[in-house]
Amino acid sequence: MANVAKDSDGLRIGVFVCECGLNIAGTIDCNAVSEYARTLDDVAAVIQNKYTCADPGQNEIKKAITEHNLNRVVVASCTPKIHEPTFRECVADAGLNPYLFEMVNIREQCSWVHQSEKEKATEKAKDLVRSGVARARFLEPQTELEVPITKTALVIGGGVSGIQAALDLADGGHQVYLVEKEPTIGGIMAALDKTYPTMDCSI
Amino acid sequence: MTNSEVESVSGFVGNFNVTIRKKARYVDPDECTACAECANICPVAVPDEYQQGFSSRKAIYMPFPQAVPSAYILDMENCLGNNPIACGKCADVCEKKCINYDDQDELINIEAGVIIVATGMDVYDPTEYDEYGYTRFDNVITSMEFERLICAGGPTEGHFIRPSDRKIPKSIGFIQCVGSRSRNGRGNPYCSNICCMNTVKDTLLLCDHYPGVEARVFYMDMRAFGKGFEDLYMRSREEGVKYVRGIPGDVSENDENKNLVLTVENTTTGRREIHELEMLVLSQGVIPRQDGDQIKRLLTLSTTSDGFIMESHPKLKPVDAPTKGVYIAGCVESPKDVKDSVTQASAAAARASILLNAGKTRVEAITSHVETDKCNYCGICADVCPYNAILAPDRKAKRAPTIIQAACAGCGACAAECAQDAIIMRHFRDEQIMAQIEAILEVEPHKHLLTFACNWCSYAGGDNAGTARLQYPTTSRLIRTMCSGRVDEKFVLHAFRLGAPMVLVSGCHFADCHYINAVHWTQKRMDRLWNKLDKLKIRPDRLRLEWISAAEGQKFAKVMRELENSVRSVTMEEMEYTMKIMAEEENRILEKKLKAAAKKV
Repeated sequence: MANVAKDSDGLRIGVFVCECGLNIAGTIDCNAVSEYARTLDDVAAVIQNKYTCADPGQNEIKKAITEHNLNRVVVASCTPKIHEPTFRECVADAGLNPYLFEMVNIREQCSWVHQSEKEKATEKAKDLVRSGVARARFLEPQTELEVPITKTALVIGGGVSGIQAALDLADGGHQVYLVEKEPTIGGIMAALDKTYPTMDCSI
Repeated sequence: MTNSEVESVSGFVGNFNVTIRKKARYVDPDECTACAECANICPVAVPDEYQQGFSSRKAIYMPFPQAVPSAYILDMENCLGNNPIACGKCADVCEKKCINYDDQDELINIEAGVIIVATGMDVYDPTEYDEYGYTRFDNVITSMEFERLICAGGPTEGHFIRPSDRKIPKSIGFIQCVGSRSRNGRGNPYCSNICCMNTVKDTLLLCDHYPGVEARVFYMDMRAFGKGFEDLYMRSREEGVKYVRGIPGDVSENDENKNLVLTVENTTTGRREIHELEMLVLSQGVIPRQDGDQIKRLLTLSTTSDGFIMESHPKLKPVDAPTKGVYIAGCVESPKDVKDSVTQASAAAARASILLNAGKTRVEAITSHVETDKCNYCGICADVCPYNAILAPDRKAKRAPTIIQAACAGCGACAAECAQDAIIMRHFRDEQIMAQIEAILEVEPHKHLLTFACNWCSYAGGDNAGTARLQYPTTSRLIRTMCSGRVDEKFVLHAFRLGAPMVLVSGCHFADCHYINAVHWTQKRMDRLWNKLDKLKIRPDRLRLEWISAAEGQKFAKVMRELENSVRSVTMEEMEYTMKIMAEEENRILEKKLKAAAKKV
């Protein structure tokens, strides 16, 4: 149920409202939220799904990006803590920079905590979508900088932990510097007689 | 590199530049054959630290026979000097001629891709409070001293004798939790983790060396929680070791035989008991490294309230430091035994190997950058950065600050503190957040609570409330930032201008801050804002600050319920007055900025 809306300044925002089964739709009137999203400036497509995170939902996003030439994607569903990486990957698959995606949390911080206030929760969801779309207008592509790693490790402290870490890294074929403040390695363990639970010598 | 210390660290993940000070050893470790001739002739005797001062060593010495490197070292503080008239005997007898009195410290520069911090722990010193008469009574020793006395390589060759008369004691007491689990200011409130099992081990060693010895352990709780620990504890009890639940209130010395007399309330029987023992061992706790500040500063590490190094995440990233490419292992993180130290060390090595093997890494895209033409070179950005990722500006040379992209973690505290708006926080730019504020307050602003929540704690706390289906009023409209340190003064002022009755800023508890200490800047900024509101005759309590952790869904819901009432308490007149005052205030700030910009041109 895509709907083509206004298009200003080249912004073409797609809004995807998720019902999450009844997790969201049980409290929030998702149809009303979708209808509302259509009235917002720069929104070029609004699509409502039962489960936006599932493959069919993700495919709808990818399809809509191509069909409607979307350059921003807003998903109103659960917390970004769960599915932000999912949707970032999804829009990237469709050729959009993953940072041109914005998530609006209408489940953990809306439908699940206002279960007996359906109307007010729906109004809140609309406000949150409006806020998400407003933010999406200002999103910019970002790139994650790639830096090389010098293939050498420094271990500071030559007690039992430092020795073990240095040995493991060296066994893995890496060059390791082990720096110890005292004149000998061994640390506190070297001053012990026996160690539990095996009761064997510490040195 | 022994006898060496890290002097400076710069750079970022994958590309650390480290300077190591290799302190003068005065003996060439490669040439030294550890023949001991030098020590035999050395006339200086000082207490031997390794043997806990029970015996002496020379000024030229080897810490212990198995030391690595197997070479002598000259303790210059105690050496009579390199004046041959004064001494110089060791150099005379050294066949390999490997003693050099003129040896100098050496600075070595290395490049490292990853750093593992395993700087260890110290033990609690019962001297300061003279715990259980430790400084007054000869036969009260610490658990570390016990180790040397029972060890075949120790000063008594493993004969466990008591200091007062060098006789083997027939009865020995152990007092647990010395310096641990103390809430009276003496020692530390935390459990030191290892002392219970260490004492169990000690009692078994005694029973093994001296069958029939009488050992008594005075404790609060015996914590034998690890694999194989309960078996060991039971073995100790079966050997006849008596465990008395109660910590002695008083220890005195019997003048005649130098025995120790303990008064203790046995909390199992409820009776007061007197125990006379020939020797007493204080089971001393573990404390953070007392000389650890340098490393903490160099690697921007922070500590939890107990003084141990804080990990990136207590459950999911327990061996990662908050600084990318830095890992922590062993007792520097918390008190732990050998097995746990080895486990954590292997984990840290494995985590470090991921980066080393990959040979490259992607760093955070959400970082800040400087718009140099707006900068007035004040340098606040470099001061607030928890990661030392900002090279300070130079006012004279008119050089703007530089942000090391790979070291920036993206908290946004610099952007929020910059009064010139010269720092842009990628993906959380002023325009983006302002647009959200305006959008939220576009419809019925007077009814809503504008909430800022940090990504890691408070936002997750809100999610936690949702997952638990904790119900709260619909008043709040929330804006997520990576850190509460990103919440700029102007966001708050703008929200009030647009008619918000209340603004809530929420972030991590101080010890939990995902960006080391960026949350301190949130607090400072809020203090400034409260003062400002007060001056403008706006109720400061309309701006709320709450610390809510990711686990505190209950608290999140409670705050939401509380603030519902606060929102209702704000009158229409108040809001209209605020909108008017804030419009003036925003104009004033804007004019000031324009003037500053004009002056600069």
